Amino acid sequence: MLTCKQASQIISQSLDRNLSWQERLTLRLHLFICKYCKRFSQQLFTLRVALKRMNENVENDSNIVLVPEAKIRLAKLIETNVN
Amino acid sequence: MTNAHDWLNEHGDYLYRFALVRLRDPHQAEDVVQETFIAAIKNAQSSKKSGFAEQSSPRTWLTGILKHKIIDVMRKSVREVAASDLMSDEDANMDEFFDEKGHWAEKPMAWDIPENALEQKQFLGVLQTCMDKLPKKLATLFMLRDVQETDNEEICKELNITTTNAWVMLYRARMGIRKCLEINWLTN
Repeated sequence: MLTCKQASQIISQSLDRNLSWQERLTLRLHLFICKYCKRFSQQLFTLRVALKRMNENVENDSNIVLVPEAKIRLAKLIETNVN
Repeated sequence: MTNAHDWLNEHGDYLYRFALVRLRDPHQAEDVVQETFIAAIKNAQSSKKSGFAEQSSPRTWLTGILKHKIIDVMRKSVREVAASDLMSDEDANMDEFFDEKGHWAEKPMAWDIPENALEQKQFLGVLQTCMDKLPKKLATLFMLRDVQETDNEEICKELNITTTNAWVMLYRARMGIRKCLEINWLTN
């Protein structure tokens, strides 16, 4: 029987690699009886989705721009590099 | 080559945001955008000489260059960590999360993910704070894996770490962020 500590590690790794069938089986058994690990598992997925949304928000936020000094610096740099 | 100035005007801010999200550091973000433009100019000049066709979408093309520059920076920041430090990560010491029998020390709470825009914004704000609290190398790896969706093997090759190492570090990162969220968002 898996402990919650072991189960949480396998749950995390399931996001990074394919689990063996033994791992999948023991994990499923554990999740069947442990609501906390089940929550943990769902939370990791939620976390992924939320992070993506957070980043999309920043990527599309037209208020976040290069500071004017940086733009001038970049323009000069382009000038010297195109020749 | 007036192109390059157009790139800056039309895509400069977007590229900056793209880098900022991944590197979480305005100065580093600025630097990689700068390197991207230099590489892009060189690339365009040499492809002109060799007669290659112009790229279809400048933004896609520039973002592609930027991604490589970002990974370079990430690789450096992970390499700066001493080898001994990485070794100790091999066995995940998660004592703060579990008791001696392997049970949750603090049981995961039921999350009520906000539906409305304002609360969602607050939630994302807390998430941002929690990401900032994570040790740099964990945040970097986590970014690569869960945000950039880089393949695990590619990450290990790029960052020169073992797959086991990566799993352990990602586990730590996820545990840390999850706990931080519970403390700062759910209990306020």
